[in-house]
Amino acid sequence: MRDLIWMIPALPLAGFALLLAFGKRLGEPLAGWLGTATVAGSFVVTLGVFLTLRTDGGADHRLTQSLFTWVPAGSFKADLGFLVDPLSISMCLFVTGIAALIHLYSIGYMHGDPRYHVFFTYLNLFVFSMLMLVLGDNLLVTFLGWEGVGACSYFLISFWFSEEANASAGKKAFVTNRVGDWGFMCATFFTFSALGTLSYTGIIDGASALPRSTATVIALLLFVGAVGKSAQLPLYVWLPDAMAGPTPVSALFHAATMVTAGVYLMVRINPVLAASAHWLPTLIATVGAVTALFAATIALAQNDIKKVLAYSTVSQLGYMFLAVGSGAYVGAIFHMITHAFFKALLFLGAGSVIHGMGDEQDMRRMGALRKLMPITAATFIVGWLAIAGVPPFSGFFSKDEILVYAWQKSPVLWAIGFVTAILTAFYMARQVYLVFFGDARWGEPVPEAAASPAANEAQQSAAEVDDTTATDANDEAPVAAHAASDAGADGHGHEAHADVHPHESPWTMTLPLVVLAVGAIVAGALNMPFFDRLKVLEHWLAPVVEHGQAHLTVSSGLKVGLGVVTVVGALVAFALARLVYLRGRQDVAEQIEQPVFARGWYYDSSIAAFMGGPGRRLFDAVSWFDRTIIDGAVNGVATLVRGGGDRVRVLQSGYVRNYALGVAFGAIVLVGLLLSRAVF
Amino acid sequence: MTSLLFAQLGTPHRIQTPSVAWSGLLPVLVLLGGAVVLMVVGALLPRRSRHSWHLWLTLLIAAGSIGCAVPLWFRVRDHGPLSILRDAVRVDGLALFLGIVIVVGVMLAALLTDGYLRREELEGPEPYVLLMLSATGGLLMASANDLIVMFLGLEILSLAVYVLAGLHVRRLRSGEAAMKYFVLGGFSSAFFLYGIALAYGATGSTNLTDIQRFLATNTLTNNGLLLASFALLLVGFGFKVAAAPFHSWAPDVYEGSPSPVVSFMASAVKAAAFAGLIRVFVYAFALDRHDWQPIVYVVAVLTLLVGSVLAVVQTNVKRMLAYSSINHAGFVLVGVQAASDRGVRSALFYLATYTFMVAGSFGVVTIVGRRGDNRHQLDDYKGLARTEPLLAFAFLVFLLAQAGVPFTSGLWAKFYVIGAAVEARSFWLALVAMLSTVISAFLYLRIVLAMYGGADEADEAAPAVPRLRIPFAARIALVVSVVATIGFGLVPGPLTHASKTAVPKIAAGK
Repeated sequence: MRDLIWMIPALPLAGFALLLAFGKRLGEPLAGWLGTATVAGSFVVTLGVFLTLRTDGGADHRLTQSLFTWVPAGSFKADLGFLVDPLSISMCLFVTGIAALIHLYSIGYMHGDPRYHVFFTYLNLFVFSMLMLVLGDNLLVTFLGWEGVGACSYFLISFWFSEEANASAGKKAFVTNRVGDWGFMCATFFTFSALGTLSYTGIIDGASALPRSTATVIALLLFVGAVGKSAQLPLYVWLPDAMAGPTPVSALFHAATMVTAGVYLMVRINPVLAASAHWLPTLIATVGAVTALFAATIALAQNDIKKVLAYSTVSQLGYMFLAVGSGAYVGAIFHMITHAFFKALLFLGAGSVIHGMGDEQDMRRMGALRKLMPITAATFIVGWLAIAGVPPFSGFFSKDEILVYAWQKSPVLWAIGFVTAILTAFYMARQVYLVFFGDARWGEPVPEAAASPAANEAQQSAAEVDDTTATDANDEAPVAAHAASDAGADGHGHEAHADVHPHESPWTMTLPLVVLAVGAIVAGALNMPFFDRLKVLEHWLAPVVEHGQAHLTVSSGLKVGLGVVTVVGALVAFALARLVYLRGRQDVAEQIEQPVFARGWYYDSSIAAFMGGPGRRLFDAVSWFDRTIIDGAVNGVATLVRGGGDRVRVLQSGYVRNYALGVAFGAIVLVGLLLSRAVF
Repeated sequence: MTSLLFAQLGTPHRIQTPSVAWSGLLPVLVLLGGAVVLMVVGALLPRRSRHSWHLWLTLLIAAGSIGCAVPLWFRVRDHGPLSILRDAVRVDGLALFLGIVIVVGVMLAALLTDGYLRREELEGPEPYVLLMLSATGGLLMASANDLIVMFLGLEILSLAVYVLAGLHVRRLRSGEAAMKYFVLGGFSSAFFLYGIALAYGATGSTNLTDIQRFLATNTLTNNGLLLASFALLLVGFGFKVAAAPFHSWAPDVYEGSPSPVVSFMASAVKAAAFAGLIRVFVYAFALDRHDWQPIVYVVAVLTLLVGSVLAVVQTNVKRMLAYSSINHAGFVLVGVQAASDRGVRSALFYLATYTFMVAGSFGVVTIVGRRGDNRHQLDDYKGLARTEPLLAFAFLVFLLAQAGVPFTSGLWAKFYVIGAAVEARSFWLALVAMLSTVISAFLYLRIVLAMYGGADEADEAAPAVPRLRIPFAARIALVVSVVATIGFGLVPGPLTHASKTAVPKIAAGK
């Protein structure tokens, strides 16, 4: 399998090419099956390569394959090559695996969309780009994938571009990511000038010899790139809006794979981080922790089912950066994998709910869905327990590991992480209770901005909705046991949801949910604490992170203590949420869902205000400069060229004698010029 | 009587004839022999046939020639250049690289010629024979190591092209183009021959190796003769590559000649002439480069500016492309001016990629020209994207490549040339080259806009114009050119590697 590494990205690329050429003719559902098959094939090849690496990887656990020299330019040379090591193959495994499931899911989800084949074309291109990003053996190939996933992300966020909001969400993602890409590119230039190579092997080997300042600059710039791609403060704003895209896209790009590219990059260059100044890891950890807390508070007050998950993703990515900054590289990758499972699961579950509710995204108009959508509900609850960190679900192990390392770095960071964990448990419980339990509120008008899915505007209205439902406060509302068609007969007899018929999704959608749910339960087994032999992932990744991984010195007792505290915190949060959202403590809910949270601490609107005010004036000035000075110069040159051309073309008379005269004249000038060198 | 003769001569002298490594000449011989065979076979084949016998035979012969060149390439790479016919011909990487480029130019032109002949109701194998004979001259030029051989090659090349220019017998402009090209070509050949004479006078040899050795071991007290020969040789080469100020024939001849022939002129003829230029100046006169470099510098600047500026004011697409090909010659001159390994490599890369771009461009022009080969105004391209989207796309690729847009081979071609100029510290020249790219981008975009815009006007005109017919052979040429242009744009590695292998070491400076 060693020579087949190229097949891993080549299969989705072939799928992309085929879909591009014949997608329209294949139509639904063949186009979807073709896309799914290529990614599944890629997963199989990845498995093969993985087994080869295990048995036959050599001492350094590295397989490389160089296809050709991609860009030769003087001393600069970049190969199109792949580097397979424990890190990249682990990434490949979960990327192709989850991508295959999400492709399968999309076959059902995108049913009936007029641009069905286009969707799968982009999806396959995305998987190809993501695999190039992960497998590339140098920064340039990674950058190719980096921009590729970005491009697919912008395409798919604005997939339903006929709506203004979706198109502008795509633009927002594009513009915000430019900042990060700038960091990545500058880091690439710095790396080349410092090391003379862009290949990871060269970087890893040369990192220890780098001067501290150079290493710091490179790592810092790459961190800027990672902040953009992985939606950390201050560049997180694009991710919540990116939920305008189809839900499988949110699951695949904006939860499981693409947004973790920044974390991957940080782990990949961990020797450079190790060689850089000490304040840099602290900075990374702080940014991660603050982002985690910040996003979790916003998630508390969102009403859009996907917005909650979006902010939760930002928050969980913050955990991963906290891990990177604390030197827990294995923990970061561990959490990335478990998060990929449970967050993809949650997103797909949300998609299933949205699908079943007829494109309803507002949680205030859901409720009591668990009986009608049993598989979705059961798997969603698994995802909820996993993200909340309840043992033995996977999220507990990965989050616990990060928090232990954070404690070792600084108890303050641990405290932030701990508070975030409680908040996470709370807002996820809120979501589960609002969507699957309680009363059926389908189609009920939500006062004030009812139709707006942009939860930012519709904060206080949650209170009123709860008022209407609070009368019946039996903990599990006896609603919705009957078929949805029997609409008027629920506990309150609201006629409004006569048109809404929640139903379970087809098997192509529920099968991925079940598989992901199993993953979300057992993925924790990858890296069980306490017994050294159980730390499979840690041993597996050891060759990659040996330079950077911090060594844990805290005692086992403390570890257990921290774990217990976190779990107890999560359970208390569950109980609180249950009290508030099932027993209808409206006053408490109002206290919790502060407008400042709902509006994302006014971060987005401040940026908009700044850009609309002083920023706008500045850009107007720049645009004036561009129009008058730059364009003026260009137009001036054009006028000059035209005028000059018109004048000179007179010489082109068409007469041979004139041309001959021209040649002779030229010859005389040349001879004259050359002979003048002989004379002088 | 005979015995007496023998007695007078004594024992008969054994005359040592030079041993000829024929295998080294095989690419030339296959092409030459093939041309003769095609001429003879052509007399037996029907003059008009449903099947394109002449085309397929030409392609076969050309492929044979390349087939002979490939083993030679590896031999030369591993064992050094072959010196044949008492060092009059030298088969090295440069000769083979540009030889293959020339033969590829023949193949692309032949593919375009087939449909053209049918459309214009012309007939016979002669165009193909002339293409191959001309290419024979080109190969000879590319491998000549003697100024006389080079002149022979130049004349074989040119005479065939003069006739090709007048191929379309019923078209007045075609005859005019042939006439102009012939008269002016003869005029410039005279300069070239005089330049050879002066070089012989100055160095005592016409053999390039000898000349180089002579200049390395002797210092001329008065090098006026040598410098004058530089100037005159440069006039000869400059005329063939259409460098300013010897370019004035090009727009008229390009406009008048049959479009497939123009693709040959712009690709293979230029490649051959540049091969000669590089051999003579960069290698034989390597040690005097400080004398000729400034002159080439001036010529390059003039060529770049004339080519781009005058192209902008044209309204005839064929003339635009003629000026743009002058501009491209200027770019190759920038590489030559650097007079370094890197400069020559970049020139070779440029010529190889440019062959595909220009053959493709004139392929599109051939098709759009329609019957009579006269529809070359910018207006004739209006709305092409709507009626013939694939053709318009192909043209788009060629035009963007000529403008040097990323993901096309044009970007790398320009990048390497400018890189070589910067390395040679010719910063102003590099700057002029970039500026001329900007100016000529305007011209390419004008054509693109005509193709992709102006739909409403085309709507009215549409019913009057019948659909374009794209012959099968021309399709092949276009597809190959598009694939090569984008392929080398995405993966320039193999071609740069080949050009690196092709360029031998240059003698160290004085």
